Amino acid sequence: MAEKITLGKALNHGLRRALENDPKVVIMGEDVGKLGGVFRITDGLQKDFGEDRVIDTPLAEAGIVGTAVGLAIRGYRPVCEIQFDGFVFPAYNQIVAQVAKMFYRSKGKVRVPMVIRIPFGGGIGAVEHHSESPEAYFAHTPGLKVVTCSNPADAYTMIQQAIASDDPVVFFEPKRRYWEKGEVDLDAPLSGAYPLHAARVVRSGTDATLLAYGPMVRVALDAAAAAAEDGRNLEVIDLRTLSPMDHPAIFESVKRTGRAVVVHEAPGNLGLGAELAARITEECFYSLEAPVLRVTGYDIPYPAARVEEDYLPDLDRLLDAVDRSFGW
Amino acid sequence: MAKGERKAGAVPPSGGGADAPAGGFVQLLTPDGEHLGSVTTADGTTYSVDFTDEEYRGLYRDLVTVRRLDAEATALQRQGELGLWASLLGQEAAQVGSGRALRPQDMAFPTYREHGVLYCRGIDPIMPFGLFRGVDQGGWDANEHKFNSYTIVIGSQTLHATGYAMGVTMDGKTGSPDGEAVIAYFGDGATSQGEVNESFVWSGVFNAPIVFFCQNNQYAISEPLERQTRIPLYNRAAGYGFPGIRIDGNDVLASYAVTRAALDNARNGQGPTLIEAYTYRMGAHTSSDDPTRYRIASEVESWKAKDPIARVKAFLAKQKLADDDFFGEVDEAAKQLALDLRERVLAMPDPQPVTMFDHVYPSGSPELDEQRAAFTEYHASFEGSGH
Repeated sequence: MAEKITLGKALNHGLRRALENDPKVVIMGEDVGKLGGVFRITDGLQKDFGEDRVIDTPLAEAGIVGTAVGLAIRGYRPVCEIQFDGFVFPAYNQIVAQVAKMFYRSKGKVRVPMVIRIPFGGGIGAVEHHSESPEAYFAHTPGLKVVTCSNPADAYTMIQQAIASDDPVVFFEPKRRYWEKGEVDLDAPLSGAYPLHAARVVRSGTDATLLAYGPMVRVALDAAAAAAEDGRNLEVIDLRTLSPMDHPAIFESVKRTGRAVVVHEAPGNLGLGAELAARITEECFYSLEAPVLRVTGYDIPYPAARVEEDYLPDLDRLLDAVDRSFGW
Repeated sequence: MAKGERKAGAVPPSGGGADAPAGGFVQLLTPDGEHLGSVTTADGTTYSVDFTDEEYRGLYRDLVTVRRLDAEATALQRQGELGLWASLLGQEAAQVGSGRALRPQDMAFPTYREHGVLYCRGIDPIMPFGLFRGVDQGGWDANEHKFNSYTIVIGSQTLHATGYAMGVTMDGKTGSPDGEAVIAYFGDGATSQGEVNESFVWSGVFNAPIVFFCQNNQYAISEPLERQTRIPLYNRAAGYGFPGIRIDGNDVLASYAVTRAALDNARNGQGPTLIEAYTYRMGAHTSSDDPTRYRIASEVESWKAKDPIARVKAFLAKQKLADDDFFGEVDEAAKQLALDLRERVLAMPDPQPVTMFDHVYPSGSPELDEQRAAFTEYHASFEGSGH
């Protein structure tokens, strides 16, 4: 039965279902138990599944991820919570040097089926280290799968798919969308769900393609709605999977529309937008009416909250880029 | 103290004779080959071994064999057949003693120098040669052999061991003499790493069934122990709430006895122990460095007198448990194993280049499939063109 719930609640339901369906699933992190996580994503789970399934850990990110590796080797499916994006770096060695390589190192004999959940992005008025978008660091690492959701329905299914996958998955949650509501069918079987590693056209259009993920999908949809008033019919693709990226879906759209604008919160320099621009240029060169344009955060540390609205890509910056694309 | 409860904190070692470091260590077999029978530490724990004559001879055979394999590897590296080698020379007793103390159900997490433990786990000793020759990254089955992949980033594996040990508890495999235990190997340099300290924190908090086995070989590449710590390493355990104990790392009997006791405590649900095996790396850190630049010859000479194999040989001879025929036979068997290994290493083929794309993701990747296909097509285009 479909219910209208927030993205945060959808994740909570998804985690609950994963815990119910597989006794090997364990959740671990700082404050995930009694508190239910600082964003309450794990609210009530320790109460219902016990302290061995929802584990409050000491305060150390490398320890959370590193012990999860051992649990995964033992046959468990750990789901680690990193409290905020900027706190993942103490665990960076474990993620890129161990989690990503265990399967390769062992010639496929050792699997570490684990999920590393990271609330990411800005727009909530937070202090330093609480608003960053570190996805490119992880997407650059072979062996990791990197995904992000943008709406409650996807949040519900994608977290379950990530946990069920034998791949290690870095799962970015758009924290400023935690409170946005949407229809979620809590009874839908996972087997019929949209594939985890596939992009999705969330608005069909013919004149240009907006490529977005996570928190920026809402901005892209708003921009497409505004552009429609000017008579421009924009397609919006929610990338969903950042690594490996679903290039066929992207190329198909851009070849059809002839224009592409990528938007993300992370700094533009060497970011996912740069990669997308390069790939689209290689693959769609003769279909392009304009260069692939990027709308991104600036190449600065994430700024103080009182000026973050000037840092974050918004409707106007995106529409301005669309104008530039059409002005070519 | 309630049943199952242990006194947390460092266990003062038992002494250990003139060759012991300040504060002493647990020793059962002196450098002269004298068997001390049993030792009792200040906390009242008694350590002893009760081997049959054949088992004593077996330990000697293990020690000689792993030293010979190591020497062969060093030679192969010098001849250009291995890109690198991390020698265990001098650390045979620490590795064989602790390795033989493991039961089949126990899981070991090595660093990259534990060729002796690997041997004790019954793994084909050729396995690490693939890594050092550059034909793979290791590639044995950690779960089949209960011996995880070598881990090169210092200390990372201690967290894996801790998580695995937490899983042992969650599986209900502790609390009985037949339970499972976990051992994590690392060196003195690793004790400076944050991750090793985190693994101590986690293990203490979760009472994980784990033995931390630190081979203090006195140097982290060129950095001496004084660059890692101001206190004996085994004393660190007290700060995390579990016992720490120092052993003579060149004494295979002490290594065996103390590791076995610590593993038994772990499997019985009594939580972690830190063992500091006080030993010495006789060779270089790896074949890439030159130890004469950072340590003096007299120090090396003093440690030669504490050789872990010579003392077992002296003990066996004194006790008339073995004669020259036996020693000769052990040397010959080790030599044959090494020569067989040499042959196999030389015959080790380079991997097919296209296999570099294998085993990146359990569920595959369309992008990698494309790259693999392009790679194959590109190389096929050279066929018949003289390339």
